Amino acid sequence: MSQVTEQTIQKDDYSLHLIDTKKFKTNTIALKFTRPLKRENITERALLPFVLQKGSEKYPTERALRQQLDELYGAKFSIYGGKKGENHILTFILDIPNEKFIKDEETLTKEGLQFLSEVLTKPKAKNQAFDETLVEKEKDTLKSKIQSIIDEKMQYANMRLIDEMCEDEAFGIHAHGYLDDLPQLDGKSLYEAYQQMITEDRLDVYVVGDFDNDQMEKDIEENLTFSRNPQTSIYRSESILPKKVETITEKQKIQQAKLHMGFRTGVQFSDDNFPALQVFNGIFGGYPHSKLFLNVREKHSLAYYAASRFESNKGLLFVFSGIAPDKYDQAREIIEAQHQAINDGEITDKEIDQTKKAITNQLKETLDRSTGIIELFHQQVIGGKSEDPQAIAKAIQSVTKEDVIAVSKQIQLDTVYFLTAENGGEEA
Amino acid sequence: MKELNIPRINETIYQETLPNGLTVFYYPKEDFEKTFAIFSTNYGSIDQKFTPLNSDEFTQVPDGIAHFLEHKMFEKEDGDVFQHFSERGASANAFTSFTQTAYLFSSTEDEERNVETLLDFVQDPYFTEQTVEKEKGIIEQEIRMYDDQSDWRLFFGTLQSMFENHPVRIDIAGTVDSIYTITHEDLYLCYETFYHPSNMSLFVIGNFSLQEMAELVRNNQAKKEFAPIDDIKRDYGEEKDPVFKKKEVIHMPVQTPKCMVGIKDKKEHLQTSELLKNELVRELVMDLYFSKSGKYFEELYNEGLVIETLRLESYMEKSFGVTMIGGRTLKPEEFSDRVIDMLLNLKNSTISEEEFARMKKRKYGELIRDFNELEGTANQIIHYHDLSVDYRNIFETLENLTRDDMKQVIDGWIDQDQITVCMVLPEEE
Repeated sequence: MSQVTEQTIQKDDYSLHLIDTKKFKTNTIALKFTRPLKRENITERALLPFVLQKGSEKYPTERALRQQLDELYGAKFSIYGGKKGENHILTFILDIPNEKFIKDEETLTKEGLQFLSEVLTKPKAKNQAFDETLVEKEKDTLKSKIQSIIDEKMQYANMRLIDEMCEDEAFGIHAHGYLDDLPQLDGKSLYEAYQQMITEDRLDVYVVGDFDNDQMEKDIEENLTFSRNPQTSIYRSESILPKKVETITEKQKIQQAKLHMGFRTGVQFSDDNFPALQVFNGIFGGYPHSKLFLNVREKHSLAYYAASRFESNKGLLFVFSGIAPDKYDQAREIIEAQHQAINDGEITDKEIDQTKKAITNQLKETLDRSTGIIELFHQQVIGGKSEDPQAIAKAIQSVTKEDVIAVSKQIQLDTVYFLTAENGGEEA
Repeated sequence: MKELNIPRINETIYQETLPNGLTVFYYPKEDFEKTFAIFSTNYGSIDQKFTPLNSDEFTQVPDGIAHFLEHKMFEKEDGDVFQHFSERGASANAFTSFTQTAYLFSSTEDEERNVETLLDFVQDPYFTEQTVEKEKGIIEQEIRMYDDQSDWRLFFGTLQSMFENHPVRIDIAGTVDSIYTITHEDLYLCYETFYHPSNMSLFVIGNFSLQEMAELVRNNQAKKEFAPIDDIKRDYGEEKDPVFKKKEVIHMPVQTPKCMVGIKDKKEHLQTSELLKNELVRELVMDLYFSKSGKYFEELYNEGLVIETLRLESYMEKSFGVTMIGGRTLKPEEFSDRVIDMLLNLKNSTISEEEFARMKKRKYGELIRDFNELEGTANQIIHYHDLSVDYRNIFETLENLTRDDMKQVIDGWIDQDQITVCMVLPEEE
């Protein structure tokens, strides 16, 4: 594996992470604002990306702002929110062509930084409040977005599963916000959330690309001049064990039913048995060679997709499958049987070997995308464990069959969510 | 072996055509961890009426067969090919589009053996009555999954409204009814016709040794026997230039309506020599007017006709071309009326020198950025190769494009008769 090294520079009020590589034709700059997930301000934080992208002092409309990006050779810019474990993260990301490939351009990346700073620190606001008309309009956008989740069945089923499973936990909070909050939300409350983000959140700045580290550090310092007083730290969740398995069935007018299942692993990113969890997931449902794919899809032709995915910061694992509505019992039985098989040690050397290779391959491929590199290193900040890619690969290699069985036995089913057709679906 | 240089971005691609007709591209990129390879045939869902190998008589096969064939290539007498890739940590996949079926893998080790497996499994079909029957349930679930997706339905609804006879109007996977009529004999017939090396390309990009890889591919192909190269005739039916229908409405359980305005290309604009320019102009028009920096996007947003963003798509192939502008909207009727007005108005509007320069900058940066993605780069070059177009010319085409060229292309492209509308609306209570 080639070296992808992260140089981390601890500033007074933020961490700067520089990753110098010649792989890409562009430079990527990301700012990540992190604070623990809270129900009371989540809708404001969900709305912020919409409003901030609608203009700034210098670029008063969304169109003017986007025209400046066109001017910067089609620099790609976005702001988005999301959760990692029980933390909420707002990301500002700019991907700008490296001036090395453009005739007569020498300061493109610097101009990109100026743009980022403008949008971040000079929003369209007066007297500690965002423009009311703009806020009202974007509230409608967010409202319609929330209302449309039900139209995307896979996403809807994921959301409903977590709603049911983590009802009383911060992880159950919707990162996209709540319709109920919208009427009270105004330019002032939104500005408060913005102020909190910019001064109090933990901030990590990432730059990936082909540049001189010292010069980049200087350029960043010159452009990110806002004053900060960070007051939040990353929230590390407690692991919870399920009491009894809950099964929820919901009916809609659909053709394909979704059977989604939530498990508790009790394993988190910084735990010693986290690599074993990764290998478990690969054997269980992470890949086309996994037990779920081979048994649910290939052997029994029950589904087009059947897969599993783990959540690193809260100790959860999810199974997803799209099945014919009348195949619920059979599919659930086969899925649970695959977990039982791993508990019973029915794991071949080939399965372990394939899985380790697949995980290593995936890790290396992550390093071929600038956003992949940023997410890899930011997860280490959130998870509280810092390792270079070589060490991660080594830890995967050293997982044994016994480690996998041990972690498997620890994993327990918590909630089953079944979204099925109005007619033809069996009662769960 | 030919050297294809792209001086603007310091890149070099190598190309050769093997004695059996196979076109191979090698694009070494040693800074990257992975190697990506794609083995692609110039055969997609629209190729369902054709002259089979060694025959001059046209034959017609069931809808969805190219996609069905793609699924079945992975199964062999001794099991599933995925396993062979998995054993070497590679992840394999495949896709079928209107005009292409492609098999691919990416891996970060053992790339030579993986390329060998890729070539061997695609060139060694194994279809039996039993394996074909078993696949039908899986594909049925795939079709039903797409049937529940409103974006997919909107996309095909637009095509069905545009085209009367051209098979692009048929869903790539076919229908639940059509796939149940497919037999293993049908699969062999299509395979033998379209999977001849002379109708295929291999593209290898990433971290590998050029000399060793080229040697391996040459030897691998030299060992195998193929039928002599035979011309394939394809029939896409009689299709008039104007759209088939002006409007199509689909009712399904959605919360927010969706609307798509589609422009169908006239056949004269699909000529190979003009393709890059025509496609570029369509994309620049979308950027300039309908992207977030565009004048018309701003108007639609201010009038409350569009939510968040527009979906902009453009496809130009030898036998059909479409451009689509769509989005979620609370007022689908007004949305479509306004967008059609805007499109028709394009003929009368002038683009300023400043706007034009900015659009070109943006496009130039995007072309450069595309080279960050190994998969995208390989797909792009193969796609244009199948159209007999050298993709490298895109840089020159962009640099040489003038405002007059833009105007001329727009004048020929936009026409009332070429425009259709499709809506996905909530079901009536």
